[in-house]
Amino acid sequence: MTTLDARHLSKNYQIRGTGLRGATLRAVDDVSLLVRPGESVALVGESGSGKSTIAKMLIRLVEPTAGDVTLDGEHIGTGRRATKAYRKRVQMVFQDPFSSLNPSLPIRHQLARPLRIHGIVRTRAEEERELHRLLDSVNLGPAAEILAKYPHELSGGQRQRIAIARALAPRPEVLIADEPVSMLDVSIRLEILQLLDDLKRERNLAVLYITHDLATARHFSTQIVVMRHGRVVERGPSSAVILDPIHPYTQLLVRAAPDPRSEPFVIDPDRHHASPDVLVSEADTGPADGRHWARAWADDAAVTELLAGV
Amino acid sequence: MSEPLLRIRDLTVDYATDRPVRAVDGVSLDIHPGEIVGLAGESGCGKSTLAYTITRLLQAPAEISGGSIEWRREDGGTTDILGLGGRELRAFRWQEISMVFQGAMNALNPVHRIGPQIEDVFLDHRAGLNKAERRERAAELLRTVGIPVDRLRSYPHELSGGMRQRVMIAMALALRPRLIIMDEPTTALDVVVQRNILEEIDRLRSEFGFAVLFITHDLGLLLEISDRVGVMLSGRLVEENTPQALLDGAGHDYTRHLLSSFPSLRGDTPITGTRYVDRGPATPREEARA
Repeated sequence: MTTLDARHLSKNYQIRGTGLRGATLRAVDDVSLLVRPGESVALVGESGSGKSTIAKMLIRLVEPTAGDVTLDGEHIGTGRRATKAYRKRVQMVFQDPFSSLNPSLPIRHQLARPLRIHGIVRTRAEEERELHRLLDSVNLGPAAEILAKYPHELSGGQRQRIAIARALAPRPEVLIADEPVSMLDVSIRLEILQLLDDLKRERNLAVLYITHDLATARHFSTQIVVMRHGRVVERGPSSAVILDPIHPYTQLLVRAAPDPRSEPFVIDPDRHHASPDVLVSEADTGPADGRHWARAWADDAAVTELLAGV
Repeated sequence: MSEPLLRIRDLTVDYATDRPVRAVDGVSLDIHPGEIVGLAGESGCGKSTLAYTITRLLQAPAEISGGSIEWRREDGGTTDILGLGGRELRAFRWQEISMVFQGAMNALNPVHRIGPQIEDVFLDHRAGLNKAERRERAAELLRTVGIPVDRLRSYPHELSGGMRQRVMIAMALALRPRLIIMDEPTTALDVVVQRNILEEIDRLRSEFGFAVLFITHDLGLLLEISDRVGVMLSGRLVEENTPQALLDGAGHDYTRHLLSSFPSLRGDTPITGTRYVDRGPATPREEARA
């Protein structure tokens, strides 16, 4: 199966506006990610940290300013055909199931379209069988009834299941889930995350799970990557990042997240002194300018300001 | 225990639509002076309707079909909130109970500066302040919630989400109410900002001594900040207890379900992804399974 490897991704936006003309917003600043088959990587950070921009670059809705994305080491061209081939392998589940499904078309259409576009089915009978299989894989039924419905006739959780089924339709190898449960009621979030987790296992999917919820990031991912202001500030195995966060921003996140079953987390700004040597791994080649995250906040005004408020 | 500030008894609210909906179903709840009472529940469980009933903001087709809400005045007497009307209601609202609305990010008027929007509260509810005094009070309120005073001249879009939320809280504090109802006040905010706002609320509460009815779907959050937590399901208040008691052993199935639906961040609680089916008020309490 496929490993998604994004190296040194950057995205700059030129700001247009009075007095700001010519200014550049670095939405994503030299971020590398590696997602292996059967593995889930969580990308966490506050709004505006660049998480969704990364998702959009990975699904090719936004052209990166710099950087490479490869699937199994293979570069995929930029033309229309190549992009279609790319998207057959990399699919996305969006945040809001209330707006990501076309409200004027029945579920049948929403699911059959990707099947036709990507040439998964040839005949009507095949299509019917595939539709049933898709609904079955996201635990929705009875199929005939669901297929005839319109999005507004389904609950939020059901809609998100449809969105997941639609993403699975082209039989992708990489799934990008951008805040897939943040619009849903608390009590059905775990169901959907569990479903994604099961699908990851069954289909050996590489999953990039974008979220601001540290708890689910920890429990449903093997790796956590923490972003702030377009940069990666910390990354590592999920439990290590949460239980023993090093970067002050990660510590702030851990302290801020509600966790009624544990003792309050105590921030230790000096913790990085205890672990100065951070492994530069295959997954994290570090920014090209050599400013590795573990040392990158020493002169970061934003972090100093954050810590002043502790 | 002191006399409750607010005493809700058997409150029932219906939406008189083609297919009538019972949004609040026989809810009884007390709020004591200075305490934070959390109300948890999912979308559609009636928690916002309850908030709007207390502040008398309900509009047709909503109808209060039964029950009472009693308010203990500072002079020791009681006011029947549901019986208020006209000038009395106007004098009561904001003066005694104020509210921070859901989606407060968008609750400010985008075409007016912050200052005049805060001053509006004084114009509307307490005549007698002149222009300079109103301005001075608005500045004081901003300082109270930790926003630089020069922001009075800012438009809402020039403020971050957290700052807008603070402005909303400043407005709720304007007339020194004794109860503030907060309906999902931090839902759209980042966790770090959310934590700042919560700490701010707690600080203001110890400074001014108001009580808070805090409504959210985030049970984990409520368990951390509340003195007592109520859980709503399909319009009913199915359980109400202290956070510790709920964590130690919730009485109702649904509460247990909610408790198991957010994984502990640093603990090692096993997670389950099952759905709760509401079987109505007759759901057995099942002490044995707790």
